Amino acid sequence: MISVATKQIRTKRIRVLPGFRLTLGFTLFYLGLIVLIPLAAVFWKTSELTWSEFWHVITMPQALASYRLTFGASFLAALVNAVFGLIVAWVLVRYNFFGKKIVDALVDLPFALPTAVAGITLAILYSHNGWIGQLLEPLGIKVANTRLGVFVALTFIGLPFIVRTVQPVLEDLDPELEEAAASLGANRWQIFWRVIFPMISPALLTGFALAFARALGEYGSVIFIAGNAKITPMLIMDELDQFNYAKGTALAVVMLVVSFVLLLTINVLQWWTNRYNTTSLA
Amino acid sequence: MTPAATTFQMPRRVAQSRSTTESPFVRRLLIGVALIFLSLFLVVPLVFVFAQAFAKGVGFYFHTLGDPNAWSAIKLTLLAAGISVPLNCVFGIAAAWAIAKFDFRGKNILLTLIDLPFSVSPVISGLIYVLVFGAQGWLGHYRDAEQPWFLWLQNWLNEENFKIIFAVPGIVLATIFVTFPFVARELIPLMQAQGRSEEEAARVLGASGWQTFWRVTLPNIKWGLLYGVILCNARAMGEFGAVSVVSGHIRGQTNTIPLHIEALYDDLNIAGAFAMASLLAFLALVTLGLKTWVEYQDARQNTAEEKISL
Repeated sequence: MISVATKQIRTKRIRVLPGFRLTLGFTLFYLGLIVLIPLAAVFWKTSELTWSEFWHVITMPQALASYRLTFGASFLAALVNAVFGLIVAWVLVRYNFFGKKIVDALVDLPFALPTAVAGITLAILYSHNGWIGQLLEPLGIKVANTRLGVFVALTFIGLPFIVRTVQPVLEDLDPELEEAAASLGANRWQIFWRVIFPMISPALLTGFALAFARALGEYGSVIFIAGNAKITPMLIMDELDQFNYAKGTALAVVMLVVSFVLLLTINVLQWWTNRYNTTSLA
Repeated sequence: MTPAATTFQMPRRVAQSRSTTESPFVRRLLIGVALIFLSLFLVVPLVFVFAQAFAKGVGFYFHTLGDPNAWSAIKLTLLAAGISVPLNCVFGIAAAWAIAKFDFRGKNILLTLIDLPFSVSPVISGLIYVLVFGAQGWLGHYRDAEQPWFLWLQNWLNEENFKIIFAVPGIVLATIFVTFPFVARELIPLMQAQGRSEEEAARVLGASGWQTFWRVTLPNIKWGLLYGVILCNARAMGEFGAVSVVSGHIRGQTNTIPLHIEALYDDLNIAGAFAMASLLAFLALVTLGLKTWVEYQDARQNTAEEKISL
């Protein structure tokens, strides 16, 4: 009797608000038209190649070199951002200093500044007569047109990810936990490593994965500073410029599969972060 | 109070403050490291854009911006953003309404699919439209097909020489793709958190569906919507990689501002490239300013609502 009553309430509840079919229908239609059907074209185009041709394209020496550079530079850039991003997030949450609000707003600059602008700026800034390049030249460090340049560009574009994922978690940390640890005799360093760090590490990992994923696909900010150090998206672009669509598409499939795996990892990490937050609140 | 008691209490207080915050030295060191890192990677490049833009004087700056090719790039960028932002806005609202206000199976899969364009490299975002609409792609095959499904459509396409790739429609499509999730991903968590009770109350009191949306839902989501629109617009105007693949780089016709920057840079007209770039850098600063303002307004509205509910 009761279950029938609740069932009736539930079906009624769904009917109260209109527009379910319209909005879901439009969502699926638009998603299919703009995203899913065009993405499916990548796999359709690759099927023109036989398996051995496909394997030959994705393992050619330039391709392997580009994977090494793309993954290596993206990983290092995300690592550097993890360290400095954590410091920036910490400073913004815990301390007060002059101009803090402006600094906080400025952290998002790499999200807002178009990649082509970032690209030409970094390329000229780090060239041998640019503001930073001419300081590094006497030290024997060349950035523009080298792999180091790729790393610099990827560090720039990945900068906000770690700050913006760690910051809210740091803000929500319960100060009582630190006070409890202190009253039990822990020093500041112990409190950081044993109490604070374990609680922010899921967010830190999520930020790292987001920065890494973004760096892998990056194109605009890298091409101007990279020179002959070719990342995989540049290699795809070269093939397209020569109308080698099947070859370019084969490389694109590799990139797409890697991105999808990363997207899945990030979703799991985010779920883990949220779980951590709710348990710490409870 | 005996002297012994004071000597006992003093070190204890010092020890406790050391354990819940850092010493002034460490504090200054961390602030210093953060500020040096941010100036090196953010402030110096930003200042550098404007310094380079005016390196050859104000006259040259306005000469670059007054060039017909520059004008056509600005107009094309405004057109692409003007089409893609409203479309993605409508999509974002529809998707958020369906996902936040109703229960259905496969919701998590739908959420992941909506986020998909963010994890696709810009070059690939352009490539997929070349594969669908390019001469080598589905549309090209259709135009050459001997027995097409709709003969009149094939004739029309061939007579009009209708082009999507290396033309304006391709640029608009690529822009829509790369900005696809912005509004939706702002609105979905917001509307999920707000629940459905307010809309249900409006309906029970006799409001129509549209009235409920305009009078109840929209005022609740306006700051989140504006936030999404600002981010969506910034990306739409600044997109480079995806647009570069589909544009064909015809000066004065299919170059957007970022592509025109690249063209000037390749001509070794560095001051010209930075003059164009300064427009987008200015847009980025406006975006950051508006974003901070919206965040402030949203926080204010939330605290005001909390006070009312108390």
